[in-house]
Amino acid sequence: MSTSATERRAALSDPVAQYERMVEIRDFEERVNGLFATGLIHGTTHLCMGQEALAVGLAATIRPTDAVTATYRGHGVALALGMEPEGVLAEIMGKAEGCTGGVGGSMHLCDMSIGLLPTFAIIGAGLPVAAGAALAYQTRGEDSVAVAVFGDGATNIGAFHETLNLASMWKLPIVFVLDNNLYAEYSRIDLTTPIADLHVRAASYAMESAVVDGMEVGAVTEVIGAAVDRARNGGGPTLVEAKTYRFAGHSRADTAPYRPEGELDQWQARDPLRVTRAGLVAAGHADEQQLDEVEQRVKADLGALVDRVSAMPGPDVTAMFDNIWSPQAS
Amino acid sequence: MARMRFRQAVAAALADEMRADPSVLIFGEDIAVSEGPFKTSEGLLKEFGELRVRDTPISEMAFTGMAVGAASMGMRPVAEIMFVEFLGVALDQVVTEGAKFRYLSKGQVSVPMTIRASVGSGLGFGSQHSQTLENWVAATPGLTVVVPSDPQSAYGLTRAAIRDDDPTVVLEPRALYAERGEVVTGEEGILPLRRGRVARSGGAATVVTLGQTTGICLAAAEQASLDIEVIDLLTVYPWDRALVAESVERTGRLVVVEEAPESGGWGHEIVSTTVSRSFGRLQAPPFRITAPNVPVPYNKELEAMYLPQADEVARQLSDYLKTDEVPDPWWVREGVAR
Repeated sequence: MSTSATERRAALSDPVAQYERMVEIRDFEERVNGLFATGLIHGTTHLCMGQEALAVGLAATIRPTDAVTATYRGHGVALALGMEPEGVLAEIMGKAEGCTGGVGGSMHLCDMSIGLLPTFAIIGAGLPVAAGAALAYQTRGEDSVAVAVFGDGATNIGAFHETLNLASMWKLPIVFVLDNNLYAEYSRIDLTTPIADLHVRAASYAMESAVVDGMEVGAVTEVIGAAVDRARNGGGPTLVEAKTYRFAGHSRADTAPYRPEGELDQWQARDPLRVTRAGLVAAGHADEQQLDEVEQRVKADLGALVDRVSAMPGPDVTAMFDNIWSPQAS
Repeated sequence: MARMRFRQAVAAALADEMRADPSVLIFGEDIAVSEGPFKTSEGLLKEFGELRVRDTPISEMAFTGMAVGAASMGMRPVAEIMFVEFLGVALDQVVTEGAKFRYLSKGQVSVPMTIRASVGSGLGFGSQHSQTLENWVAATPGLTVVVPSDPQSAYGLTRAAIRDDDPTVVLEPRALYAERGEVVTGEEGILPLRRGRVARSGGAATVVTLGQTTGICLAAAEQASLDIEVIDLLTVYPWDRALVAESVERTGRLVVVEEAPESGGWGHEIVSTTVSRSFGRLQAPPFRITAPNVPVPYNKELEAMYLPQADEVARQLSDYLKTDEVPDPWWVREGVAR
């Protein structure tokens, strides 16, 4: 558990490690759900079960020096990018050892050693911030890339349109990763949005776009990888729409009764973990027994982690006064 | 030392910081090719080129957020909001994103961005282009809000804002852009953030003010020969409590003069803090001279009455110093409104 975030990121070049990370994210989210149910986590949380392939596929294509903005449904992206489960769980449980010292919570995860800016609890807010990171890279002549991860709901807020327009005009090194899980909070996308394929909105901004099966980690890596390469080589921004599905409700209290009958089953039949596992076996990267062992190890580690983090102390009261102003100001 | 207009002092501050630090870049609507609607970026595109001086589309939410992102990556961006009202569509990025990043990153991320906006009444721009709106942003931990009152403070605070490692909002009184004054440039001309200044010394009362009303208070003191101390707050949040307390405890009287409507103004905080902390030293009740609770009207005479002018300030201060009682504002005195 002492592996650094950058080492955890580098490990993702191996397809079995990608699967292992997806298993880790799934089991992590299920444990977080359980901790809520038993009252050990307060507030709210937004789980990403079903969207693991997108998080891991994205993380496998970018460098730790690239900047990422992600959302309040961000546990998976944070773990995929390399954050250690301990710092993430401790934050969600409000502990002093959490990545922001317990003042952020589930929606605010950050680790600049792997380029993850504080995750955003405001829909769409991460897009212009990522574009600003891209602006910094472009102005300094660096070959880093910014990535904004956001949901389908964000495509209806002004920040999405303003940022795509400006990013295209300035040919910024940025990739817009649209995680279309079909639901904006409690509302199915077709109740709020007159089109089903959201990547077509890029055409209004003369921007490249692509669509990818977000349940398939290999496809994600390939499509986002191409967009990242284009951005890194001066080719400008791309809007990539990944078709995913949110297996859980919007947040803690939501059991998603609004879902049409059978829809969840349909998507769970294409569970990204199952799809990836079958692919690894078919390609000869690992056999069933090896993958069983991976799963058992990850689950045992996370089980021990939950016990350890649960026993950790909360932050000292001074933590709420720290890091508001720079040392210069205070 | 050079004689220049307020708007030229802003441009000089931007140019000097851009020369001193290659991480400074500026962007906003019509600021590059057209050198700013108020000519506050004159000469910058020519000297620093199109990578560092950029025209944006009319997209405040996007480019304000880009200032947050660029600052997070080590740049020192300066974004110009043409009229402060346009900040309304971008407020999230300033208050909820930029001002929170240090907190939500456990100190890993600094956001040394500067947001400049023109503010205030007096030029006939009507209700939607004449507000000061400092009260929208002046209560956010992590966000410094400054308001220059003359060419020197425009120069000194702009440079200080760009150098500061936290996000800063600089609200420039639009009616002062053409004002001329002597400006000390260079390092000596930089003013500290979060510090006010005594613009005029006096012993009978402390008058705390900000921006455009600073000159009005000074004029009022002269025309009525009042022995008042005028504190130009310069930073409205976090404000200079020590300077105000020291002065009020000496004079025993406090008056706050504000351009914004009476309700919910920053002056309430000055009064309330002073009453709580310096109660025993007060010789008369503190009060505020403000605009009435109305939108800024367009008609030239009405707009002039909206802003507390020198005659009105002089009259209220004179009455107060004579009686130690709180005078009514003109709209109550004349029975126009309550």
